[in-house]
Amino acid sequence: MQFWLIQTLNSVAFGGLLFLLSSGFSLIFGLMRIPNLAHGAVFMLGAYFGATFIELGINFWIAALLSGLGVGVLGLLLERLILRRLAGNEQGQVLVTLGISFIVADVCLMVWTGDPIPLPAPAALRAPIFVAGFAFPTYRLAVLAVALVIAAGLYLLIERTRLGAMIRAGVDDMEMARGVGIPISKLYMLVFLLGTALAGIGGTLGGPILNADPGLDSQMLPLALVVVILGGIGSLVGALVGSLIVGFLYNFGTALVPDLAYFVLFFPMVLVLVLMPQGLFGRVPQ
Amino acid sequence: MTIHRRSALKGLAATGVGTAIFGAPGVLRGEVDPIRVGFLTVKTGPLASGGIQMEEGLTLYLKERNSTLSGRPVQVYIADTGGVPAITKSKAQELVERAKVHCFIGPLAAFEALAIDDYIRDTQTPTMSVAAAEDMTQRKPNPWFVRATSSSSQCASPMADYAAKELKYAHMATIADDIAYGHEMCAGFQQVFEDAGGRIVQKLWPPLNTPDYGAYVAQLKPDLDAIFLGFAGSNGFKFLKQYREYARKTPLLGGMTAIDESLLQQMGEDALGILSSCWYSADLDSPTNRKFVANMERVYKVDPGFYAAATYTNGAVLEAAVKAVGGRIEDKNAFMAALRTIKVPDTVRGPVSFDRYGNVVGNVYIRKVVRKGGKFVNAVVRTYPDVSQFWTYDPKAFLKNPVYSRDYPPARYLEQ
Repeated sequence: MQFWLIQTLNSVAFGGLLFLLSSGFSLIFGLMRIPNLAHGAVFMLGAYFGATFIELGINFWIAALLSGLGVGVLGLLLERLILRRLAGNEQGQVLVTLGISFIVADVCLMVWTGDPIPLPAPAALRAPIFVAGFAFPTYRLAVLAVALVIAAGLYLLIERTRLGAMIRAGVDDMEMARGVGIPISKLYMLVFLLGTALAGIGGTLGGPILNADPGLDSQMLPLALVVVILGGIGSLVGALVGSLIVGFLYNFGTALVPDLAYFVLFFPMVLVLVLMPQGLFGRVPQ
Repeated sequence: MTIHRRSALKGLAATGVGTAIFGAPGVLRGEVDPIRVGFLTVKTGPLASGGIQMEEGLTLYLKERNSTLSGRPVQVYIADTGGVPAITKSKAQELVERAKVHCFIGPLAAFEALAIDDYIRDTQTPTMSVAAAEDMTQRKPNPWFVRATSSSSQCASPMADYAAKELKYAHMATIADDIAYGHEMCAGFQQVFEDAGGRIVQKLWPPLNTPDYGAYVAQLKPDLDAIFLGFAGSNGFKFLKQYREYARKTPLLGGMTAIDESLLQQMGEDALGILSSCWYSADLDSPTNRKFVANMERVYKVDPGFYAAATYTNGAVLEAAVKAVGGRIEDKNAFMAALRTIKVPDTVRGPVSFDRYGNVVGNVYIRKVVRKGGKFVNAVVRTYPDVSQFWTYDPKAFLKNPVYSRDYPPARYLEQ
C-alpha cells in the first residue's frame, strides 16, 4: 500500500517537473514545426544559472525567475539570429538546434566544470513531510504545485488572450494566419522566449532534485520528446497529460518491470506515432 | 579532432611553477629524446569530471619531478576521447602513429579500454589504465596492459567481508548503475558477502543516465540491514541526495567510486558516517600521500579522489619501470616486463605490485566519512593489506567461473 502511495506521489511530482520542461518544447514545436533539440541544453543551462544566482545569495524563487529570463533571452537571440536565417529549411533548423545543444553543453563544462552542483531547496521545504506514516520530500510537492500554477497561467494565456489566439492560429495554419495579418515573425520570437524561459525556470526548480551537472541535457531531452509525442504537438493540455503519463510510466515502469523500464517508457510513444500520429490531444493539421 | 599536443612545459607555465623540461639535470638541450606519454583522458561530455581529475593527478606528478623521469625529459600528449569508444580508438591511433608515444596512460572507462584492447596488442604499446573491466586482467588478459588501481570487484570484496564479519549484516540490497562496471562490482560484493553467510535479497539496476532515483528509493525494502552502492561518476552523489530527501535510515555502504573525495564536500552532511571501500583515501597518513594531498589542494584547490590518485599512482609506476630499464623505454619488451614485475613500495595508495595478469595487488581501505578540521574526509577504519583481484579465492578456480556479471553469481535469496 505504502509502495503504491509513494510511487503515485513520485509519479505526479515528476510529472510536474516534466511539464515545466516540455510545455515550452511543445509550444515551440507546435508553432515552428521543429523539435528544438537544444531544449534539454536550455533546461540544463537554467539549472546552472539558478545555481549561480543562489550562490550569489539571491532568493531561490527569484533565482528561478531570473534564470528563466536569462535563458529566455538567449532563446530569443537563438531564434532571431540563427533560426530566422534558416526559415523554411526545417532540416537545417533541427540540425542547428542539435549543434547548439552541444555547444551549450561544452560551454557549461568550461564555466561550471564537470562536477555536479547541488542546488539547495528553499529551507522551509527541506524537511520531508509525513503522510500516513511515510516520509515524502516536501520540495517535490512544491514543484508540482508550481507546475500546476504555471499550467493554469499558460492555459489562460493561450485560450483567453488575443496573443494566445494568434499562437493557436499559427499552430493550426501558419499560412492562413500570416494571410490575415498576424505578425508571425514576432510570434516566433515571443514563443521562443516563452518556451525557453519555461525550460530555464524548470531547470532551476529541478535543480534541488536533479543537481546541475553535465549530462542533464541528454537525460531530459528524450523525456520531453516522449511527453510531446504522447500528448500531441502544440497542445498545452497534451503537454500536461503527457507529463503525468510519462511520470507514471517512468516510476511504475522502473519499479514493476525494471528490466523493461525503457521499453515501458518509449513503447507507448511508438504506439501513438503509429496509431494516432497527432498524439492524444494534438490538433489535426489542416 | 586533433590531439591537444601540449608539452609539459606549457602545463608548467600555465600554473606558474616549474622549469623547462629540456633543462633537466644531466640532460643537454635537445640531445636526449623525451619519453613520450600518450594520455587518454576525457575532457568533454558527462565523464569529463573524472577525466579532468586524471589530468590534474598526472600533471602534478610530473611537475613535482621537473618532468624528468630517470634522467629523461617527459612529454605528455593529451587526447580527449570524450568518453566515446570510437573516438578513443582513433585518438589512440593518432598518438601512436603521429606522436609516436612510447606508452599510454588511460583510458578512463572500461568500454574505452575494450575498444583499444586489440590495438594495444597489435602495436605492443604498454598501457597503464584505470579502467576496471575484470576480464582485461582475467580471462582475456592483455599482455601490454597493467592496472594499478583496482578491478571492478577488487574493492567490493573487502567491503563485503567487513559488512558480514565486522558489521554482522545479514540481509542486504545492492543498487548500481546498469553497466558492466556496476554489474561486476555488485557481483563481487554478493559472492563474498554470501560466502560469509549473508544474503543479498534485492538487486536494483538503474540505467546509467537516470535523472531521478526517487522511484528506486521507494522500492528499497524497509527491513534491510544495509544497502551497497555501486555507482560511478556523480551518480552516487545524486542517489545519496535523493535518498536523504526521503528520510531513509537504512545504512549505506559505498563501492570505490560512490563516495569520492572529489565530491565529498558537496555531499557534506548527507554522507556523514557512510562506510565505503577503496584502494585510496585522501586521508591516508603517509608522507607521500600527505605531500600529494597538500599539493593538490594548493594547485587545484581540491581533495584528490579516485581519478587524481589513479594517474598519480600510474606516474609512480611509470617512473619505477623506466628506472628499472635504465630509461630505455623504447625496448618495449624489457619495459613491459619491468612494469609487470616491479614493486613500488611507496605510492600514495601504499605499496603496489602486479599479479601475473597485470592487475595490482595492493591495499584496500574501509573508510568512514567523518568531519575533521572543518571538512569531510574518508577516514580509514580498517586496512585490508595486499588484496588480490581474486580476493582469497584460488585464481585457477576463479577463472573457471564465468566473469562477474548481472546474472553471475546467481542471486539465490532474492525476495519479492
